[in-house]
Amino acid sequence: MSLLLEPSPTMIKEEKLYREMGLTDEEFAMVERILGRLPNYTETGIFSVMWSEHCSYKNSKLVLKKFPTEGDHVLQGPGEGAGIVDIGDGLAVAFKIESHNHPSAIEPYQGAATGVGGIIRDVFSMGARPIALLNSLRFGELTSPRVKYLFEHVVAGIAGYGNCVGIPTVGGEVQFDRAYDGNPLVNAMCVGLIRHEDIQRGVASGVGNTVMYVGAKTGRDGIHGATFASEELTEESEAKRPAVQVGDPFMEKLLLEACLEVVQSDALVGIQDMGAAGLTSSSAEMASKAGFGIEMNLDLVPQRETGMTPYEMMLSESQERMLLVVKKGREQEIYDLFAKYGLEATAIGKVTDDKMLRLYFHGEVVAEVPVDALAKDAPVYHKPSKEPDYYQEFQQIDYLPTVENYEETLLSLLAQPTIASKEWVYDQYDYMVRTNTVVAPGSDAAVVRIRGTKKALAMTTDCNSRYIYLDPETGGKIAVAEAARNIVCSGAKPLAITDCLNFGNPEKPEIFWQIEKAVDGMSEACRLLNAPVISGNVSLYNETNGEAVYPTPVVGMVGLVDELSHITTQAFKQSGDFIYVIGKAKQEFGGSELQKLLEGRIFGKAPSIDLHVEAERQQALLAAIRAGLVASAHDVSEGGLSVALAECLMNADGLGAKVKISGDAVAELFSETQSRFIVSVKKEHQAAFEQFIEATLLGEVTSDGMLHIEAESGKTVVQLSVTQMRSVWKGAIPCLLKSKD
Amino acid sequence: MKFAVIVFPGSNCDVDMYHAIKDELGEEVEYVWHDADHLDEFDGILLPGGFSYGDYLRSGAIARFSNVMKAIQQAAEAGKPILGVCNGFQILLEAGLLPGAMRRNHSLKFMCRPVELRVENHETMFTSMYEKDEMITIPIAHGEGNYYCDEETLKQLIDNRQIVFRYHGENPNGSLADIAGIINEKGNVLGMMPHPERAVDELLGSADGLKLFQSIVKYWREAHVVTS
Repeated sequence: MSLLLEPSPTMIKEEKLYREMGLTDEEFAMVERILGRLPNYTETGIFSVMWSEHCSYKNSKLVLKKFPTEGDHVLQGPGEGAGIVDIGDGLAVAFKIESHNHPSAIEPYQGAATGVGGIIRDVFSMGARPIALLNSLRFGELTSPRVKYLFEHVVAGIAGYGNCVGIPTVGGEVQFDRAYDGNPLVNAMCVGLIRHEDIQRGVASGVGNTVMYVGAKTGRDGIHGATFASEELTEESEAKRPAVQVGDPFMEKLLLEACLEVVQSDALVGIQDMGAAGLTSSSAEMASKAGFGIEMNLDLVPQRETGMTPYEMMLSESQERMLLVVKKGREQEIYDLFAKYGLEATAIGKVTDDKMLRLYFHGEVVAEVPVDALAKDAPVYHKPSKEPDYYQEFQQIDYLPTVENYEETLLSLLAQPTIASKEWVYDQYDYMVRTNTVVAPGSDAAVVRIRGTKKALAMTTDCNSRYIYLDPETGGKIAVAEAARNIVCSGAKPLAITDCLNFGNPEKPEIFWQIEKAVDGMSEACRLLNAPVISGNVSLYNETNGEAVYPTPVVGMVGLVDELSHITTQAFKQSGDFIYVIGKAKQEFGGSELQKLLEGRIFGKAPSIDLHVEAERQQALLAAIRAGLVASAHDVSEGGLSVALAECLMNADGLGAKVKISGDAVAELFSETQSRFIVSVKKEHQAAFEQFIEATLLGEVTSDGMLHIEAESGKTVVQLSVTQMRSVWKGAIPCLLKSKD
Repeated sequence: MKFAVIVFPGSNCDVDMYHAIKDELGEEVEYVWHDADHLDEFDGILLPGGFSYGDYLRSGAIARFSNVMKAIQQAAEAGKPILGVCNGFQILLEAGLLPGAMRRNHSLKFMCRPVELRVENHETMFTSMYEKDEMITIPIAHGEGNYYCDEETLKQLIDNRQIVFRYHGENPNGSLADIAGIINEKGNVLGMMPHPERAVDELLGSADGLKLFQSIVKYWREAHVVTS
């Protein structure tokens, strides 16, 4: 659309054109009040995108305030590109998780790829060197051709981008459930390392300082991407394919190296990624945070296409672009630095003192808007909340499954795609580049060493959304607790979390209730497990034709390994080691893999969790690991103890296990009771280990390559070769992808 | 001995190569930007993995026009040890310093995993520290490692013992004759898809790649004693 063809301010108001951009009638009236006049087309676009849920968190802000965000070691909490925590030695770790669900539902390869690109920029815009990527993915059942297509292309997109930029993708999770059939979830997390003195912030301060544009040129891709991300997916969403951006990981790599060099220069005042809402959000947020204004001449914006209007330039979400504020008079240094990488930095504006975002185009002012109105003073809503009917129904159900053949059940569970080996996925990710990956994908948490120190970082993403659907508060607690369990099993102490709240349409009171309750549960777990929330992202409107996904608040957690010798994995190590289980099983099958397997759906109560017990066990286990008493550690999660035992054997060459369980065999083997761990301990450490923690001796690691489980009655209930279990477990996903049904 | 790690725009295993030399091998090493005019001060040249120029065209097809390639050509002629790993190997093929070409993996997917290799020729300046037919574990991480050449070239490679490493067991990418690494006729330019620089520390799973770098140093020391 050329400038001349844009609707006039009066037309925008009278024909309610603002609605198409996502503004409500009330919001448009607010804009009119703020400006004291009618907004023009560009300004309407700017307001609508900045006030979208994706940029403003208008529906979730009040709920997010409940999260504990402070701690002695927190150097940067939520609100910047990424949160940062201190890890000693003058070093800190920066991390954040972000969603790219809607773009991935429409164009899975580019949607996922640009999700990875965006989160990498968030981390290096803080001045941190990205050292690892993780992801958390949800898809429908791997039976429909569409879901297979989405799964294969999302994985390829993540691989294509991360591998090229050269940041190892070290971990993550993939789960499958019908609830995600039309609306997959693609959450990407990036972890970076930074020296304290290098921490940057996205601020535009100092009147007269120069605003610079660096990176890829601006095109018409991704216009209104943030608004698109803030509405439900419908049959018409396919037509919004142009709102999906296209990634260029090579440009990202150049930009990354150049920006990390720039942050070493004192000519730099502030730096921010042009992410969602591109040039609009980066400029308005940087100015608003610093208490200044920005004016830009859009004629100077590097453009990929001809005839672009201010509206298009301001709303484009072209990838791999950064906005910098540079001290006046020092521009040449920055130009030279970028030129080394074949990149052009362009001065496009300057910092002002009037707190306005003012845009010039062809010599005229085309937009003039207060920056605070766009950023920190965007509207905030407290949506009505209502307990959904299903919740009380589920609370009344005590589900008790019947299992006749334990061996067959275990094998079927191992073949469930959510439990099955994800080797097909991570084989496509370069998880080793930068040569610091000590624990590769496939154990509880990934572990990346910090070169030049004795330390390492453990990292994981977790969320069992079935529990959260059944009971959001309990499920929210479990999501954080499980992440911490994985961190602790790896020999690390939890530092902090980042979260990605994937929910349905918050305008539905039942959905809003899920958000509130889940956040309550997560907050409590964060407090008790000493892991504050330092960054995060909200993705609402994850619905297809009115059906919401399971509430899925993904937790990304990072922990610190003090000494490389503490690094522990889930695999059994040596024949003769004792196998212990920490925690007793209860009859808890609501939302379990067994329930899904037997009933084809989930219902009932989520497993209960006592966070005090959880915290005690985690602390005791970590102390035992640090004392060198633990050979392997693994948490009991989906599928229960039997699956966890099998997992401990999958990467333990030639080993087997012989265990005897007590109590009800179905509960003991398949219940998903929380706060449980399987630990193996060298015989000579038995006494010392038992001093540290209350645990039940189950049996020992053998050298016969068999999993042998005996019930309390003395009857053998499972006698399976590890080779057979491994073949089922590894073959499940490739097999589903190949089948033609 | 002093090594150069050549950095092209888009190289991303440069850091790994640098640290393998500096921290594990204990030799001198410097990064050299792709626009360098000469490499005279270096005794060994390392072309690391990555995605030079994004590899949007054929892998390595643009990097071979980099300014530094002239100096690499000269170093090759001068008999200096030159090692290209992964994208480095692809660049050496594109530059004609090694024969053959790369196709996409037969799975059409990127793959990253430790693989088993057999040292087919342990009598080169890159492999003298290995035993004859030694089996080693070294990771691969590539999307285009499916080596191909015509029959005549293959015959030459075999006759001249230019095949230095072959995949053992499963061939991960479909490469001709299970080729994982080849050397030029003169014996001073080695290209390989597996990453020896990722296998220099047991903490990360394998240290089987270290002997490759130690072999280069051994060769250089011996040659240096003779010539000086």
